Amino acid sequence: MPDLLLELFSEEIPARMQRRAAEDLKKLVTDALVERGFLYEGAQAFATPRRLALTIMGLPVKGQDVREERKGPRVGSPDAAIQGFLKGAGLTSLDQAKIESDPKKGEFYVALIEKPGRATTDVLAEILPQIIKTFPWPKSMRWGAASAEAGSLRWVRPLQSILCTFGPETEDPEVVRFEVDGIASGDVTYGHRFMAPGPIRVKRFDDYVPALERAKVVLDADRRKDMILHDAKDLAFAQGLELVEDEGLLEEVAGLVEWPVVLMGSFDEAFLDIPPEVIRTTIRANQKCFVLRDPKTGKLANKFLLTSNLVASDGGKTIVSGNERVVRARLSDAKFFWETDQKVKLEDRLDKLKNIVFHEKLGTQFERVERIAALAKELAPIVGADPALAERAARLAKADLVTEMVGEFPELQGLMGRYYATLQGENASVAAAIEEHYKPLGPSDRVPTDPVSVAVALADKIDTLVGFWAIDEKPTGSKDPYALRRAALGVIRLVLENNIKLPLISLLAKPFARDAKDVLFEEFLQVKKLVESIEGSALGSLVSHPALPDLEAIFRQRQLKNAEELARIMYMRALDLLSFFADRLKVYLRDQGARHDLIDAVFALEGQDDLLMAVRRVEALGRFLDTEDGANLLAGYRRAANILRIEEKKDGRAYDEAPDLEIVNAQGQIEEKALAVILHGAKDEAQKAIESEDFEGAMRALSRLRQPVDAFFDKVTVNADDPALRANRLRLLNSIREATRTVADFSRIEG
Amino acid sequence: MTSEPAHMNPARSFQGLILTLQRYWAEQGCVILQPYDMEVGAGTSHPATALRALGPKPWRAAYVQPSRRPKDGRYGENPNRLQHYYQFQVILKPNPPNLQDLYIKSLQAIGIDTSVHDIRFVEDDWENPTLGAWGLGWECWCDGMEVSQFTYFQQVAGIECAPVAGELTYGLERLAMYLQGVESIYDLNFNGLEGDQKVTYREVFLQAEQEYSRHNFEHSDTDMLFRLFRDAEAASQKYLAAGEAGERHLMVLPAYDQALKAGHLFNLLDARGVISVTERQSYILRIRELVKACGVAWLKTEGGGMAA
Repeated sequence: MPDLLLELFSEEIPARMQRRAAEDLKKLVTDALVERGFLYEGAQAFATPRRLALTIMGLPVKGQDVREERKGPRVGSPDAAIQGFLKGAGLTSLDQAKIESDPKKGEFYVALIEKPGRATTDVLAEILPQIIKTFPWPKSMRWGAASAEAGSLRWVRPLQSILCTFGPETEDPEVVRFEVDGIASGDVTYGHRFMAPGPIRVKRFDDYVPALERAKVVLDADRRKDMILHDAKDLAFAQGLELVEDEGLLEEVAGLVEWPVVLMGSFDEAFLDIPPEVIRTTIRANQKCFVLRDPKTGKLANKFLLTSNLVASDGGKTIVSGNERVVRARLSDAKFFWETDQKVKLEDRLDKLKNIVFHEKLGTQFERVERIAALAKELAPIVGADPALAERAARLAKADLVTEMVGEFPELQGLMGRYYATLQGENASVAAAIEEHYKPLGPSDRVPTDPVSVAVALADKIDTLVGFWAIDEKPTGSKDPYALRRAALGVIRLVLENNIKLPLISLLAKPFARDAKDVLFEEFLQVKKLVESIEGSALGSLVSHPALPDLEAIFRQRQLKNAEELARIMYMRALDLLSFFADRLKVYLRDQGARHDLIDAVFALEGQDDLLMAVRRVEALGRFLDTEDGANLLAGYRRAANILRIEEKKDGRAYDEAPDLEIVNAQGQIEEKALAVILHGAKDEAQKAIESEDFEGAMRALSRLRQPVDAFFDKVTVNADDPALRANRLRLLNSIREATRTVADFSRIEG
Repeated sequence: MTSEPAHMNPARSFQGLILTLQRYWAEQGCVILQPYDMEVGAGTSHPATALRALGPKPWRAAYVQPSRRPKDGRYGENPNRLQHYYQFQVILKPNPPNLQDLYIKSLQAIGIDTSVHDIRFVEDDWENPTLGAWGLGWECWCDGMEVSQFTYFQQVAGIECAPVAGELTYGLERLAMYLQGVESIYDLNFNGLEGDQKVTYREVFLQAEQEYSRHNFEHSDTDMLFRLFRDAEAASQKYLAAGEAGERHLMVLPAYDQALKAGHLFNLLDARGVISVTERQSYILRIRELVKACGVAWLKTEGGGMAA
């Protein structure tokens, strides 16, 4: 079976786009072939800085012949129908059609249409230009004389030539002929830009790869990566050093060369005074070089590894010395930044934060720092931090944004602040918090544990969330430009992993107060919808939360008009944010393998605004339901709920009053007497346990219900003839429902 | 080149480097222009690039352009940074298919041996917000050092380039430092001579760097600069309006000069730190509007492709 070889040879393709482009090319061509009925055995795509290559193995020489019978009009139909049939079937006269008969329809014409399969080369010549013209580059351009006309070819950089051959192993393959915007396909490619620039004639993939190798081009990016890594480790080892591995850099560097040659350079040891992260970032970002460390001490060495694209005639001496010059200049800059930054104390930089706009509607970084500092101070006692330290750390947390170093390397934010804070003699927790307050940056990032860091990290994230909620810039669908989901997850992880009890609603509601001055009364109408939707939900019970009067008091104090409405609006936004937290928590717990129905069962209760407590409750509930008592109680609950549902519907009334114990005592069976007694005790006990956050205890209390509930259903007929007795038994069932609600809404539990 | 005297060698002489590049690009059919006689931040702003890049007419030019970046001044104390430096600018419209080869040959012409130097084209998408321009291309690296910018213009003055021009910008001082093997710009040999006759970059420009740094950061008259900015903006708009003649435009270049003036005044104000972050964007926008209007007007001139 023949193979296809396609190469698109261009000017230098950005390293970051190469891998994806090769994959896209493979997918687009194979999909187009399969869509037309051409199956293949295998396909591989490759990229270098100057070429995308694709080989598809085991394609048929031509497509399958297609035979199709097409039913025509009845014999003797009007001429127009006959002509239409002939035209549609591609026949010139009725002699070419056969006549078939059918007992119902009589005799009618049938055309036999035979479509021979098209030559694969023809199909390729048709689909390839289309794929090239519409190739999904992240950014593309026009070029050259052709770009004078509208609709000229776009490519990532000028496309120089196209190689396309097709044929079996045993014969000379043929060139698949096509043209794209004046570039005609052929069987010629070119070698390394400097070491073998001449044209190379290629037959098929098997001779293409070795021909390129002879012309100093390694086609496979993974092989280039292996070569670089291997040589880098060897060179490091020879010097008694260790390569600081960097997968992202390796991938990029492999996309900058067709023939990797790794060389070692060095820099003045004096530069090692600069923090190692800075050295690494400078050398990596600007020079795309690897750094090395001493395996014994773990400290950076004054050496670096560069990957050149040339086997130089002087063995690389010139290249190394040139790179050393640049590294020297870069490190001199970094050293200069490092030293000058230390001359200004972090707190003296704060004024400059006034020039950095955080968000048009949320003010400057300076204002943000003020808010975070206040919030961190307030949070400190809750997380066990010293309020003065938390406030200090928060105040300094963003100061490094206006240092020279972070101006040059934004990715060093936080880290530089920590270095400078340490140098100016700040408390170690304050210095650490400056770096760690950005954490965690995602689901797998480390969560800080120092209470000062935790306070500032929470304040930073809560301020962000509250701010964007206050201006109604919430994430929608896949759009989350301010990474608010990440911030919420950060809060969740900080709270859960540090076992922090945080009544979120009071905490969230207060910061909303400060933004209220921007809220116009007209907005109230928009918010009203939100209010209504929240009042209808489980969060509705929070509407009477103590934070609401607090808010109102703040607004009254500020002598704002409509203080009551404003308080309500802001409070509702806080509730909305709380429900966002609940959603993120569900996602988080689900990822951790928790049952989503149990999460729903807990969140369906009123007043769940403490993430840690909610999670503890979910865990305890899960364990309880795994026990026999738990499973049986759930079954008993369901039976009770079902009977109630049916009977309440039948009677058109609810039985939600407390059972009349006199009736129970006077007329009840022994089993219902027992149930009534235990229900009363168990509910109280569960309630008390919940109040002291002893969820296991609450579950234990409920487990005492199991036996009497089972016995009740076993021996007692709920629908007694005596209506008073029946009603009272239904109330007893309702008490079971009520008792379970102390720990969760059992109706949400599945399975 | 062998007949050239030693002091004209681009590896020894700053001016030798300039002259070699001029000669090389003259051989490729470029008109060799002299610097534009106005303060600009980059060679791209020269009307020979910014305006000539627009419209259908072929155009090839090369020139040195002094570039003024008031904010980059370091009082002559930084060996790598200047508030005034030279760019060598080449524009070829449409870009020939072998522009990368031509560029590499220009490096060879100034003495960069490609069998020992590692030349690389590293992704760099170019954008100039005040010119309303963008293009795709690369930073050209020689042994890890950026020595040129290589750009295929896609848009200038907010107008699609048709055809596309290729633009090359050589950072002359940096290139010369590498060729001459010196660590400070001020140590560059300017005229290639030795002993008493040697003139260094220090002798030519150090005083200017010191004086302009004082001016740019401490003493420039900001009231005057704000006023001149408004005047230049108004004048540009006025000249554009006056030049409107139906299908034609008769006064683009003077209007464009005023836009350039506004651009430089903005850079001076920015260096003095008197433009806040929020204002900054609006100033850039105002200049871009002027340049855009000039671009539209340019297309209504002979240079922009209208029949004579």
